[in-house]
Amino acid sequence: MDMNYLTTLKLHINGEYRPVVFATHHTLLEVLREECGLTGTKHGCELGECGTCTILVDGRPVLSCLVLAADMEGKRIETVEGMQHGNELHPLQAAFADLGAAQCGYCTPGILMTAKALIAENPKPRPAEISEALAGNLCRCTGYHKIVEGVEWAAAKMRGEEGTPPEKVFYGSPVPDPHPPAPLSRPLPPPSPGEGGDR
Amino acid sequence: MANPLRKPEPEPQREPNIIGKPFRRVDGRAKVTGATRFADDLAFPRMCFARLVRSTVPHAIIVSIDFSEAEKVPGYLGALTGEEVPIPFGILPVSQDEHALCPDRVRFVGDPVVAVAAVTEDAAYEAALRVKIEYAPLPTISSVEEALATPEPRIHDYGDHGNIHKVVSMTFGEVEKGFAEADEIFEDVFFYEGNTHLPMEQHSAVAVPEDDDRVTLYSSTQTPHYVHRALSKVLELPASRIRVVACSNGGGFGGKSDPFNHEIVVAKLALKLGRPVKITLSREEVFYCHRGRHPVLMAVKTGIKKDGTITAQRLRTALDGGAYGSYGVASTYYTGALQTVTYKLPAYEFQGVRAFTNKPPCGPKRGHGTPQPRFGFEVHLDKIAVALGKNPADLRLGMLAEPDTVTANWLKIGSMGLRQCIEAVVAGSGFRERWGQLPEGRGLGLACGSYLCGAGLPIYWNHMPQSGVMLKLDRSGGVAVFCGESEIGQGSDSILAAVVAEVLGVALGDIRLCVADTDLTPVDLGSYSSRVTLMVGNAALQAAERARELIAQAVSQQLEVPQSRLVFAERRVFDAEEPDKGLTFQDAVIATEARFGTLATTGSYIPPRSPGRYRGAGVGPSPAYSYTASVVEVEVDPLTGLWNPVHVWIAHDVGKSLNPVLVLGQVEGSVYMGLGEVMMEEQAFRRLPRHLSNALVHKHPSILEYKSPTFLDMPPVTTYLIEDPDPQGPFGAKEVGQGPLLPIMPAVANAIWDAVGVRVDQVPIHPHMVLRALEAKTKGHEPRFGPKRFPDVDFGENLIVPTPEQGGDGKAINDYKETLRAGMRSASGTMMSREEALKKKKLGALTT
Amino acid sequence: MLRLPQFRYIRARSLAEAGAVLTGEGAAEGEIVRLVAGGTDLWPNLKRRNQKAQTVVSVMSIPGLSGIHANGEVRIGATTLLDDVARHPAVRQRFPAFATAVHSISSPPLRNMGTIGGNLCVDTRCTYYNQTEEWRRSIDYCMKEEGTICWVATSSPRCWAHTASDSAPMACALGARARLVSAQGERAIPVENLFRDDGIDYLAKRPDEILTDLLLPVEAASDRCGTAFWKLRRRGSIDFAVLSAAAALWTDPAGAITRARLYLGAVSSAPLAVPEAESLLVGKTPTPDLLAEAAKLARKAATPMDNTDFQTQWRGAMVQRYTEAALREAAGLPVERLAPKHELFGGVTTAAPSPLSG
Repeated sequence: MDMNYLTTLKLHINGEYRPVVFATHHTLLEVLREECGLTGTKHGCELGECGTCTILVDGRPVLSCLVLAADMEGKRIETVEGMQHGNELHPLQAAFADLGAAQCGYCTPGILMTAKALIAENPKPRPAEISEALAGNLCRCTGYHKIVEGVEWAAAKMRGEEGTPPEKVFYGSPVPDPHPPAPLSRPLPPPSPGEGGDR
Repeated sequence: MANPLRKPEPEPQREPNIIGKPFRRVDGRAKVTGATRFADDLAFPRMCFARLVRSTVPHAIIVSIDFSEAEKVPGYLGALTGEEVPIPFGILPVSQDEHALCPDRVRFVGDPVVAVAAVTEDAAYEAALRVKIEYAPLPTISSVEEALATPEPRIHDYGDHGNIHKVVSMTFGEVEKGFAEADEIFEDVFFYEGNTHLPMEQHSAVAVPEDDDRVTLYSSTQTPHYVHRALSKVLELPASRIRVVACSNGGGFGGKSDPFNHEIVVAKLALKLGRPVKITLSREEVFYCHRGRHPVLMAVKTGIKKDGTITAQRLRTALDGGAYGSYGVASTYYTGALQTVTYKLPAYEFQGVRAFTNKPPCGPKRGHGTPQPRFGFEVHLDKIAVALGKNPADLRLGMLAEPDTVTANWLKIGSMGLRQCIEAVVAGSGFRERWGQLPEGRGLGLACGSYLCGAGLPIYWNHMPQSGVMLKLDRSGGVAVFCGESEIGQGSDSILAAVVAEVLGVALGDIRLCVADTDLTPVDLGSYSSRVTLMVGNAALQAAERARELIAQAVSQQLEVPQSRLVFAERRVFDAEEPDKGLTFQDAVIATEARFGTLATTGSYIPPRSPGRYRGAGVGPSPAYSYTASVVEVEVDPLTGLWNPVHVWIAHDVGKSLNPVLVLGQVEGSVYMGLGEVMMEEQAFRRLPRHLSNALVHKHPSILEYKSPTFLDMPPVTTYLIEDPDPQGPFGAKEVGQGPLLPIMPAVANAIWDAVGVRVDQVPIHPHMVLRALEAKTKGHEPRFGPKRFPDVDFGENLIVPTPEQGGDGKAINDYKETLRAGMRSASGTMMSREEALKKKKLGALTT
Repeated sequence: MLRLPQFRYIRARSLAEAGAVLTGEGAAEGEIVRLVAGGTDLWPNLKRRNQKAQTVVSVMSIPGLSGIHANGEVRIGATTLLDDVARHPAVRQRFPAFATAVHSISSPPLRNMGTIGGNLCVDTRCTYYNQTEEWRRSIDYCMKEEGTICWVATSSPRCWAHTASDSAPMACALGARARLVSAQGERAIPVENLFRDDGIDYLAKRPDEILTDLLLPVEAASDRCGTAFWKLRRRGSIDFAVLSAAAALWTDPAGAITRARLYLGAVSSAPLAVPEAESLLVGKTPTPDLLAEAAKLARKAATPMDNTDFQTQWRGAMVQRYTEAALREAAGLPVERLAPKHELFGGVTTAAPSPLSG
């Protein structure tokens, strides 16, 4: 490749400096995944339409598919790989894993990064504010509510609040009592081996 | 490999430690740290990139291909043409109609013609743009009606006739008599537009040549086993030389369950170039792979008594199949099969037709073939309730199918929690008090649904297990679990690990999984038809119980405690009566390894045989059926026709939640996807004016213009998990991945009627449709927007199948192929050999 | 993945440098040079090969081109990020409808990248144009690029691609001005004069001119001026407008309308003024009937085409509904119905506190 079309830069990613040589027309998404081996950042359209590739640049969520890596000199880049503290998950990561906010996990890195920026700016976001902040990130698995709950509870934890999410987050809403009660389709069968006697 | 020496002894009763608990999914950490490796995240030394050059014309003969400009692109490595991969493939044995690259003609815009490979993906793309292909255009077909009217030229030279791929027609019981006995007859016509899965991850595949004549394929596929089969066939390599590894899927929803062109192309190119080759599809190409929801036109006729008892139903469906077979034959049957498992239908007639059209092939999307007729049925019932002056909930509660019965079309219903589901959403939403009582512009709608827990028959009929699990235990105390299942986000890895850990009383952290690797794992047919929890769960249960039995024998001997008193819990094996007396699980395994030698057990699962014996009876049977009911509240603006879902109540009979958080995720995800379908999602096509152009193109193959709901479009959801355990399911569990989608679309349509008194009998419900129906209402016309008529189709002679109530034996009384078919089924061969046998008899291809 | 083609990339340090590159200095014969700011419009267009460029010159590093200066009129530098515009206290307090319009653009991460200058100059859109190279080959391209026919109206001599900017119609309604700089000097023109009603040649500025500032006038920040922006789109976020209505009404102390400006977005190739409606309104008290009458005139003026989401005839009907809603809001009258999803902040109902707070 013609050297005129190459860029050499020291990128600042997740607190580390990394010298990289790349084709100038390559986006930050490509450079992160292909030159830096940071494949945690995913892509879903490469046209700015889905939010999957969202990362933070100087603390603000941006779409890495529409940013030239060549423009990143002096910028602070954060990706999902930089969220953990040592071996400990970031509260957002833990909440997403525990509350079902990640199913296939493909949109998850972009959503985590956007949520991180939101909490940094607004430590106590209301559900409507979470939805508004995440409105550029599409997810096809979850139906979004588990994600909103995950962000809410991570934010609470980051504020140092005690407590756990309500039961319905884990078990669904309590089933209203019908009148008269609807019978099960058959009497409960006796416990069988391997069924752990859970009935 | 060790086998249990005798039937497992029952374990003393104990509370489950993992099952039923909201534990963190086993792949949870990797997914939130970016550590999960999706197919496109893989890179190998010397890996190069390929790109498919896809047809830009909808139907044509390929005249010439010119690579001369492409070859000039720096980094160009070579190309692959259809001549090099001439063997056809397809997911169903009866429709092996696809080629990795089109050998002579193209059938839709997006059909792959050649592939080019280059050192970088940039260069592969540039080279692909420079390949010149000359076409001789053929007439095009864009709808079922056009296919019916245009038998020639044929898109395929197989199928029932002309451009009709498949016709099915069957009668169960005395339908005409049923109509005659009815007090009222209701007839409706509905249309359900096609839509697509839109997984966030674009399909990706990497092939790595290994050793001599071996190749490994890493792919985002839901069905590594079927990809394995197709590769073996097309590459003409023994299956033992091909390894398929399914990476974690970044969403599937049915869209990654066919073997695909790009998977075969990278494998062939890797062998040709002698280096790893990757193809990651662009978003546009994902729309061309499609295999999504068929557009279906439906006509439903129901006879009903004044008391709300259905006497008979006739359903006709017309499916726009797109350019290839895919799962289409099964899809066609599915548009009729599951109508009978929710409400009592004593007599039922089903006629379906699938046409070939010059569009991307349709296939299985979440709910496979059943959301369309379910929409029709549930809106139809709402109209019936209104006409009879009944509350829609009471009408349904009065006609529920009963547990432990066999339906008119010979499906065996086991547990059936629909009554509890309806009661839950009706109580939760205040449906009885609020339906029909809300102010203008607000409305409530109720609908139900049911889905399979895995298809009763495998795609290739045989007597082998549909799911296999293998355990390896050793002195480390860890348990390695091997299974062919593939994780697509639904949590199948977690269910597999949880079942094993529960039975052996160990922690999830003690389990190591090796999944979806055709070299290393026992066959599982894949993550489709909601089969994994039930089938993999049962196979895992069996493997774990066998391991427990061996360990119990060894520990019983060592501790001198009767085996029946041994409890496996808290990573120990101990005496139920004297809990301090016991071994750690690790020591227990050591004792077992010392006694029996190296420890491994297997488990497998074959569904029970269904009672249906007629042609087509293979589609619909399942070990169990899940049930769902939903109430949706909407607001509608009568000035604009704009409407919004305000709240969704949904209750799903999952049998037993193995992990309630994962179950809730599937329910809410289904609600979301159902709302997307009814609010906005459309796989729509466009013809240009014929005097100017032959174009027939996807309207909007992009994430921006194929609309899918954002965070801001999702209403609150109240979810009730109903647990009516089914004896067929592991721990009583049934499916949850697909069923909860089914009631959403009709519940919305019914709610719009309650809000503004108009019917939109099609999906999606665009605001202009609501507004048009409102205008019609104002003018005193029928307050409805929807299709007017069902096309004239020659369905031929119906297969006549007496129902169980009539004392039938599950067979048709007029199937002239039956004798031969019965003989074939008893043989142990695959569909392929049966098909060949049939050819000899000149009877044509069989259906699944 | 979809990638950019190779190009020469220059980060200009001054307007003069950018202008020189833009006018072809140092470029080979026939070389296409394009200006980029946030890149949210150009990069997708280059990736899909809608546009070509051998050289791209970025204006993002030019000092002084970014920032908001509020003294009397509000001056917004062209490279100010959309999110910074929507959040700026002076913009929100004095020009709330403009903040609403900017906040409704695309999605939150995109507003952290796109600029106000870029949004004003955003390429016109069409369902036959905003597609990949391969897709466009399958229709033999269209008039906007390489082809000869406008597939939206096949006998039309012009391209019907529609304006896609949300900031433009609102800036027009407010009577804002745009400052353009070139080697020949600079000029400030009414924003409406920046646009031409042609899908291809949609900007009236000279190719060597660079948009440097948007100037929001002090008259529009007066207590006597009511403003509103209504946007119709499918979803609560991400989508371009398929219709927008931007209104500004000035009233005298007696309540009579002294000046009215009404612009529609996405229903023609440029923000569409509705002078008939404006003249109907001036001198009268804004009664519901009067505003409804004006909205009917807006529907007459608009020519929505089958080039974007939603059914065309219905979009036509919505021109009237959305214009009426915008006029009512600008006049301080309640807006009775319209599904709230498509109001204001694109998905956040007005009952919820502003997402911009805090």
